[in-house]
Amino acid sequence: MNRSFIARNPSVLIFLAILALFTLGVTVLSEGFGIGLISTSFVKVLGKTLCLCLIAIAMDLIWGYTGILSLGHFAFFGLGGYMLGMWLMYERTRQIVVNSLSDGVLPPTPEEVTTGIGNQIFGVVGSSDFPLIWTFADSLVLQLAFVVLVPGILALVFGWLAFRSRVTGVYLSILTQAMTLGLSLYLFQNASGLRGNNGLSGLQNLPGITAPQSVVSLWFFWASALVLGLGYLLVAWIVSGKFGSVIRGIRDNEARVRFLGYSVETYKLAVFTLTACISGIAGALYYPQAGIINPAEVAPIASIYLAVWVAIGGRGRLYGAVIGTAFVSLVSSWFTGGQAPDVPLGFYTVKWVDWWLVLLGLCFVLVTLYAPNGIGGLIDLLKRKRKETDA
Amino acid sequence: MSTLLEVSGVTVSFDGFRAINNLSFQIADAELRAVIGPNGAGKTTFMDIVTGKTRPDEGHILWGDKSISLIGMSEAKIAQAGIGRKFQKPTVFEEQTVQENLMMALRKDRAPLAVLFFKPSKTDFACVEELADQIGLADAFLRVSGELSHGQKQWLEIGMLLAQEPQLLLVDEPAAGMTPAEREKTTAILVDAAKTRAVVVVEHDMEFVRRLNCKVTVLHEGAVLAEGSLDHVTKNQDVIDVYLGR
Ligand SMILES: Nc1ncnc2c1ncn2[C@@H]1O[C@H](COP(=O)(O)OP(=O)(O)OP(=O)(O)O)[C@@H](O)[C@H]1O
Ligand SMILES: [Mg+2]
Repeated sequence: MNRSFIARNPSVLIFLAILALFTLGVTVLSEGFGIGLISTSFVKVLGKTLCLCLIAIAMDLIWGYTGILSLGHFAFFGLGGYMLGMWLMYERTRQIVVNSLSDGVLPPTPEEVTTGIGNQIFGVVGSSDFPLIWTFADSLVLQLAFVVLVPGILALVFGWLAFRSRVTGVYLSILTQAMTLGLSLYLFQNASGLRGNNGLSGLQNLPGITAPQSVVSLWFFWASALVLGLGYLLVAWIVSGKFGSVIRGIRDNEARVRFLGYSVETYKLAVFTLTACISGIAGALYYPQAGIINPAEVAPIASIYLAVWVAIGGRGRLYGAVIGTAFVSLVSSWFTGGQAPDVPLGFYTVKWVDWWLVLLGLCFVLVTLYAPNGIGGLIDLLKRKRKETDA
Repeated sequence: MSTLLEVSGVTVSFDGFRAINNLSFQIADAELRAVIGPNGAGKTTFMDIVTGKTRPDEGHILWGDKSISLIGMSEAKIAQAGIGRKFQKPTVFEEQTVQENLMMALRKDRAPLAVLFFKPSKTDFACVEELADQIGLADAFLRVSGELSHGQKQWLEIGMLLAQEPQLLLVDEPAAGMTPAEREKTTAILVDAAKTRAVVVVEHDMEFVRRLNCKVTVLHEGAVLAEGSLDHVTKNQDVIDVYLGR
């Protein structure tokens, strides 16, 4: 047991190796740096998938390991996206405004620039004034800090209230749904200061960068792969030691852990907040690849999908969460993207755009009934089988 | 001997039903005590109150040399203060190994950051192994505890209590569902543990209580009915009426 963390967890090394190979492969096949077999838009899809895998790891930590079924983690994901999105949109708009104003004889005054940016960004919601929350939008460093801080603080406050009153189980899940619903409704309002239902757009364009999207998309893809690798390493380390023992104990028998002298509420709050921060980072990487973020992204259903991915992949195993998320979200975008061929039945044509959700729901029910440990559980089963035949 | 735990005038009602009724009770340092009584007498509820799970409506609970009041303290704080508890149903962490179970219980800093960066030292390993030996689970050290027999789980839970190094151990029906041989061993573990700390054992089995060879408290309807040696209380007419004569 005293061997190094990696030696005790060979699956971590395997995962990192596969991730590295995958990244290299995509790069070589890409338009930006390789032979152009993979289109730029598909590189973005893959990069976004890596971000979803990252939030899935966070979900596995809070649900699979700690036993708290949060159905609100996409709120943190969305907030992370908004925080970075604010800087991207502000800075790019500023450059455009400065450029267009510099045609004049006199250099533009700061007021002119500010009004110009305000008009550009908030014109759609009938305003040109900067809301208070945009105060630091000109600072990349601060907005990057907010990517972690805003979800973290929201989780800290929400979690403190919920865990202190010992809200558990279904009630906690419902509360987290209410949280993400509340956030989404708030963001839908024009008065929220984040452009209401328009959301933030043009996020794929990096201010001051002239490189084509085929190249920028790869930068984000690499960043997503790197952060996913680091996140995996961090969470795998957390769950491998005594802390992992304690949170699994909380999942299996909260009261027993309490009588051992551990402050269960503090542990839950710590994990909830940490996973919110990870989700925020994942969101900040995701939305520049999506190009746009709007309040529909943090709708309650998004967080439920997340739980479904992790359940299908197998909770309580990090690679399970990654496999489930990568698999289901890719298949889902194939079905809903209109690429899947419709199935004509004569009297009725099955259109996958409509029927995919039914299929997904069915898979979820089947997994819950017949493979409660998901795809990851099947891998475990194979491993055990091989061990038995070896012995 | 000084008083370790003093319960005085404690009352608890559940929806008007008085599960504990003006209960007063004392445990001295390094004392072994058996608590007996019919079903529903309030034995488990008494442990719930002392360990902070249930808050009494009235009364005082004072702990240790400094006579700290335990009322209002969280379960975790009370456990850290030195009170360990074994549940009526064996509750160990079934998906984790005997070693992990014991390591988690080992008396160490319980703050999340300290736990996150915790690296067991040689002494910690030795300590945990010695405990496993003491509870007869040395051979099952690396096994997942869900695979253990009922009796072994009970011992593991007692081992986890010992790992906490509490000053007071509250043990709820440790021998339930055990074979006679297992019972004997459980007695030995408990008697041994009581040499250095106070142990309160709740048990129905009279043979088991006799072997503990200690002072006995009889609870009935949430209050003390009789107290003294086993022979003394078994001769008490009230005790015979409500408990033994059934
Ligand atoms: N949380 C609760 N809510 C309502 N009633 C309760 C609660 N806990 C205990 N009781 C009641 O209080 C009484 C005492 O219960 P307790 O579990 O302490 O008995 P016991 O002496 O441990 O019995 P046993 O020998 O069966 O374990 C019982 O009548 C029980 O139904
Ligand atoms: Mg009981």
